[in-house]
Amino acid sequence: MEEKFDCIIIGAGPAGSAAAITLAQGGADVVVLEKGESPGSKNIFGGILFTTVLNKLIPNFLESAPIERHILRRKFGFIFDENETSLEMRSEKFNRPPFNNTFTVLRSQFDKWFAAEAEKAGAQMFSGITVDNFIEKNGATVGIKSKGGDELFADVVINTEGANSLLAERAGMRKLMTPHNRVLTVKEILKLPKETIEDRFSVERDEGASVEYFGGAVKGMKGSAFIYTNKESISIGIGCTMDEMIEKNSGPNGILEHFKELPTISNYIKGGELLEYSTHMIPEDGYNNLPKLYKSGLLMVGDSAALINPSLYHEGTNLAMASGICAGKTILEAKKRKDFSEKSLSQYQRKMEESFVLKDMKHFRKFLSFITNNRQFIDDYPKVFMEMLVDYFTISEMPKKAVRKAIIKKFLKNINLLRLLYDMWRSKGALV
Amino acid sequence: MNNKKRISIEDKLFTVTRKIDTESHIKVDQEKFKKDPNPAILYICPSKVYVKNEETGECIVNFENCLECGSCQVANRDYVVWDNPRGGTGVIYKYG
Repeated sequence: MEEKFDCIIIGAGPAGSAAAITLAQGGADVVVLEKGESPGSKNIFGGILFTTVLNKLIPNFLESAPIERHILRRKFGFIFDENETSLEMRSEKFNRPPFNNTFTVLRSQFDKWFAAEAEKAGAQMFSGITVDNFIEKNGATVGIKSKGGDELFADVVINTEGANSLLAERAGMRKLMTPHNRVLTVKEILKLPKETIEDRFSVERDEGASVEYFGGAVKGMKGSAFIYTNKESISIGIGCTMDEMIEKNSGPNGILEHFKELPTISNYIKGGELLEYSTHMIPEDGYNNLPKLYKSGLLMVGDSAALINPSLYHEGTNLAMASGICAGKTILEAKKRKDFSEKSLSQYQRKMEESFVLKDMKHFRKFLSFITNNRQFIDDYPKVFMEMLVDYFTISEMPKKAVRKAIIKKFLKNINLLRLLYDMWRSKGALV
Repeated sequence: MNNKKRISIEDKLFTVTRKIDTESHIKVDQEKFKKDPNPAILYICPSKVYVKNEETGECIVNFENCLECGSCQVANRDYVVWDNPRGGTGVIYKYG
């Protein structure tokens, strides 16, 4: 017998579960298909979850979600050769509800919890099912075919397959993934006693820290390295664009090991016992190369639609959940109209344009290309600035007036001042 | 800089639970691989799935090491076909 659902969701990640909750709460008959042995078993990210969207779906999530710590301290730094400089920030404002909506979580555990919330709302959840293809009829997506050969049918399919979405490629919804639009990340989770983490990162109780480094920390590549604190472990990793790794014949694990050996970093992590190694791609297609978000009978959400804020905010899961909700609402409205055509589902695009998701992606659309074409921002400028600082604080018997003069002379020799001012002016549209 | 020995990828992989399928989910076109003087998959892959057999010049595919990031196919689309492992098999992250 041919079973037909209102909606099939491919993937039980943040986007899939957010869509499932929205649809189930709206009374739709929805099924989620997860390829992992259980929800969350194939899901990883750096470590920080922004919760503005989650808060709308599950207002009391703090009571039951597996949250590690809220981020109170943030540090951004550059390392080049022997020099390092960083900017640190802490606000008591972030130390009380809603804790700046910024928490560390471990995705396998969080996604499992979130999927269970979707089940509670009434969604059906099937794990261990890999979807191989969409079933098409007269140009409309009408169902899915699994690797095992099973077929399932629905009015609408939501694709939330993730960053490495083969289905989206096969269906022609997005261009082929290339090394230019993919960041490759590796991460380790290191076990450390709670007290050690709190001492090293100057936090206590549920407070947490985020540490990010650029420049020489990732061998001068486009990307960054990070440490995030969990309750009794830390997440440490790197992510760089694949084109540059290939250009420099440099694999991700070697960059991570290089980062771990830097003096500052080795102090943070020493004695840490490796609990788990993981890897993931990040889709940095960007606003100007976004995949097609909808067609008749099909919506694309989350990483599979490359919904990523590539700037220093590093938002992904938040955008994924927001797109899941927009997709769910679109389908509920379409269900009322009994119209799942491309035109009817185009409301998804409209909702997304009105939400922060596409607004932010549009705002930061030049971020990655700006860095690519203006390497001085991750290279010369921080390098020269750091040398200035180090020279200024180097103690010698040289009269301080002469020191200052020498620093200014060196600065003007290394940096074209007009160019710097022009660059600063140009950067505000792209970077901040 | 540091005398401490680096932990090998093999040791890192011990920390990841994997349910190994009987069949490989990765295909490599050996002839095209042999013609590539510097195959990116040999160093891009974070879990050392691809190793060159120096005698035959062929690519050994340790698919059981795969952590399913998909970067190999992106790096060497000409000769790597990566597909999802069968449902329920492959990586099972405990922490993620």
